[in-house]
Amino acid sequence: MEIGLHHFLTVGAILFGLGLFAMITRRNAILVLMGIELILNSANINLVAFSKFGGLGVDGQMITIFVIILAVAEAAVALGIVLNLYNNFETVDVDEANLMKD
Amino acid sequence: MIYYTILFYVFAVLAVATAFYVVFAKNVIHSAFALFGTLFAVAGLFVLLNADFIAITQIMVYVGGILVLMIFGVMLTTKIADIDIHTKNLNRIPAILFSTGITVILIFILFTTKWNIKPQVQNQETVSQIGKLMLTTYLLPFEIASIVLLVALVGSAMYARKTK
Repeated sequence: MEIGLHHFLTVGAILFGLGLFAMITRRNAILVLMGIELILNSANINLVAFSKFGGLGVDGQMITIFVIILAVAEAAVALGIVLNLYNNFETVDVDEANLMKD
Repeated sequence: MIYYTILFYVFAVLAVATAFYVVFAKNVIHSAFALFGTLFAVAGLFVLLNADFIAITQIMVYVGGILVLMIFGVMLTTKIADIDIHTKNLNRIPAILFSTGITVILIFILFTTKWNIKPQVQNQETVSQIGKLMLTTYLLPFEIASIVLLVALVGSAMYARKTK
């Protein structure tokens, strides 16, 4: 069977579902970040697949580059916040950081 | 063409299997190392999609940058010697229902939609095209991205500093 657009989009959809699951269930802040990276990767697969099969040229790949750049910036800032959270709360459990709750 | 099919299935199965391990592993370090496999397999998929520059960028930035940063984060925020670095999951059943529901809906939509597929040009190298586009059409986003990276660098260094 010829490998077409659907195959790549299916892989992207499965990675998206797994990333969503990690973001919902995991309480460790770094694992939540890994879920976000999985979701961004699935979006990148979709963009590059449409760039090849949709006749878009390299425009889809340019957007992928900017997604990767923003993922780097997001990961750096989020890990800084996680380290600060650990300094203040002695944990990286995102449910424990509830000082503003009541 | 048969090699293309075999390679696609190898990379796709590798990506999905290691992503499952990332999500379901009990140990945070095991999740981080399984994410290596996922990112490498996605880079392989990018190669199969004629996106050589994106594949190299994926390996250099994600595997060389983000993942090493995450492993640093795991090691800095857990005392590996005394307390366990296992993590717990909450709301398992509703989360499984929700995320599989969304995945099934996505796959259903992408198989029922009539995509406008154009015949693609084979084996065109992309690096020179991306370089030209980055300095002409996408010049403004390129410059803004550099400022975003600088601000993120300074901001995260400031956040991560110990204030006490």
